[in-house]
Amino acid sequence: MQLGLAAVDAPTASYVDALARLSLFADLPHPQLEGLAHSFDEEVFAEGQRVMRQDVTGGGFYVILDGEAKVVIDGTERARLTRGDFFGEISILTDEAPAADVIATSVLRCLIIPDNELKAFLLKQPSVMYRMLQVEARRLRAANVWNR
Amino acid sequence: MESLDERPFPPGDYDVVLVGSGPGGLQTAYSLARTGIPRCAVISRDPAPGGMFRRFPVYQRLISWTKPDAPFERGTREYEWYDHNSLVGDEREHQALAPEFMDRTFDVPARPEMEAALVEFATRGDVRVRYGCEWLSTRREGEGFVLGTSDGEYRCRVCVFAIGVTEPWVAPIPGLEAAPHYVAANAPETYEGKSVFIVGKRNSGFELAQGLLPWARRIVLGSPRPVDTAMLAFSPLSIRYLSPYTEHVRGGTGSYVVDAAIERVERHANGYRIHASGTTWEGQLELEVDEVIAATGFRAPTLDLPTMGVAMVNDGRMPAQTPYWESVSVPGIYFAGNTTQASPGLRKHGATSSSGSVNGYRYNARVLARHIAEKHFGLGGERSLLNRDEVLPHLLGELAHAPELWTQKGYLARVVDIDGDGIRDEGIVPLADFVDRDDGDACAVAVEYDADGTVIPVVYLRRGGHLEEHHLPPHPLHRFGTDEHRQQLTACLAPILPRKAKASRL
Repeated sequence: MQLGLAAVDAPTASYVDALARLSLFADLPHPQLEGLAHSFDEEVFAEGQRVMRQDVTGGGFYVILDGEAKVVIDGTERARLTRGDFFGEISILTDEAPAADVIATSVLRCLIIPDNELKAFLLKQPSVMYRMLQVEARRLRAANVWNR
Repeated sequence: MESLDERPFPPGDYDVVLVGSGPGGLQTAYSLARTGIPRCAVISRDPAPGGMFRRFPVYQRLISWTKPDAPFERGTREYEWYDHNSLVGDEREHQALAPEFMDRTFDVPARPEMEAALVEFATRGDVRVRYGCEWLSTRREGEGFVLGTSDGEYRCRVCVFAIGVTEPWVAPIPGLEAAPHYVAANAPETYEGKSVFIVGKRNSGFELAQGLLPWARRIVLGSPRPVDTAMLAFSPLSIRYLSPYTEHVRGGTGSYVVDAAIERVERHANGYRIHASGTTWEGQLELEVDEVIAATGFRAPTLDLPTMGVAMVNDGRMPAQTPYWESVSVPGIYFAGNTTQASPGLRKHGATSSSGSVNGYRYNARVLARHIAEKHFGLGGERSLLNRDEVLPHLLGELAHAPELWTQKGYLARVVDIDGDGIRDEGIVPLADFVDRDDGDACAVAVEYDADGTVIPVVYLRRGGHLEEHHLPPHPLHRFGTDEHRQQLTACLAPILPRKAKASRL
């Protein structure tokens, strides 16, 4: 077997660079970003491939690095997701299977934190938890229609 | 084995071209040859079978077990769970070859024993390969592909790359390129009395550290990610490579395991200076060492595939794949062997496939060969029919002993389809594919880790377009055929099984 260091094309943006671009991780210094990149996998999905599955347990927390996805509940599309959006946290925090499918609508690249590692990660990186909370607050405000 | 003047598969037009003659290539070639696809060519740049095991691991001992004696007879399907290194054959004489070559010094084979078993599989299984034919380039043409090689051009509808993950990958750390990679590390005795810094804390890093323990004066392993001690319990690493970590935890006799982002490596006349920043601790580290070794891993030698549009993952080191190991971005390009680890499966509770080792990808290759034959060439597709009363013992037996389910936990499943025409055994399929299909009523069983890391049987039912997931109880001896399991599986299946038998076995 030959093991020559053949010339290879470098990826356009390294994994750690892709993480650094997201507002969710904007407060993490470089060593912590490196730690994040080395600790949690990225995964790339084909267009049409299911990423998160309604009623299947054990799913993770996903952050979109590139590409787009749709949120589908009982076969009906409910929302679109794009770079920087995240999903899967509600089911982990409530310890219930996801109530929606998330399906890639283009080639989709995500960071994935497994359910059993999310709590420890957030407690170690409170700045990420705070930014997550801000997004959740905006989602809640958008979802609520108060009777006046 | 073919001699040079009668090399098979000259350049030309084929249905499938498979690249590689490591264990992944050999298993895929063996399985493809039994699908009925008329024209499958297999090419390899190597001079002989064996792939990475013709050279690695550098310190010559594997980490995956083969138990020469087991509760099941060698050559049976059940025995495969006790032998993680043999390729799997359809006939007895092709089965369980690794234990035939082991001298029982350890329960894991030495590298030459593994290589000998692979050569024997190729010989006995009549796996024909055009050796000495190097794949050099790839392009699309019409509905297919053209592979340029050292022998000429191959045209095909489908290509399968079983090219391993063996190309040294050096992390983009300034100055690290001056240090040798793991593959270029010298014999352990050349590090006598030296201070050595190993960049990386995965298999190759710990293997090196273990090898250097009797020789080096000081060993430091450094990388950003902490060693996950909970995960180590599940890792084949725990068999042999943990001494350096144990020494570190116990206060050390010159072994240290450091969580730090390596900022840069400076070469000077007498050695190297390492600059690092803590990741699980705050602060900077500067270290003077005699030697640095980059154990930063490997990448798949994908040549021009990324520029053709094959999406990559893991920092560009491996091709991203669907559950059937097809490129997520270029249909018709498939992967086999070690590279299939880039298709992790459902990742329930973070658990991924075992496709990074022979025990996992040998089954992927069988599933892949059948998938390619059915999807691209309309071949096969026959399924055994089951009587109603056969379904329960069939699925219970699979949960108890199917080596595919036990090895590829949470990735491969046994599937039974139930519709108006009868009950069909769909065989072994990727669980993600079953879960995502919108077909008729069906059942799948898989072996998985639950949230606590306990091994459990899991039953999936697809009924009226909806999916149900049932966890069956664990057992301290992993016996999944108990009365309790039988009762629970019966209750799970009741809603989808017909009341009367609708078909008999073919």
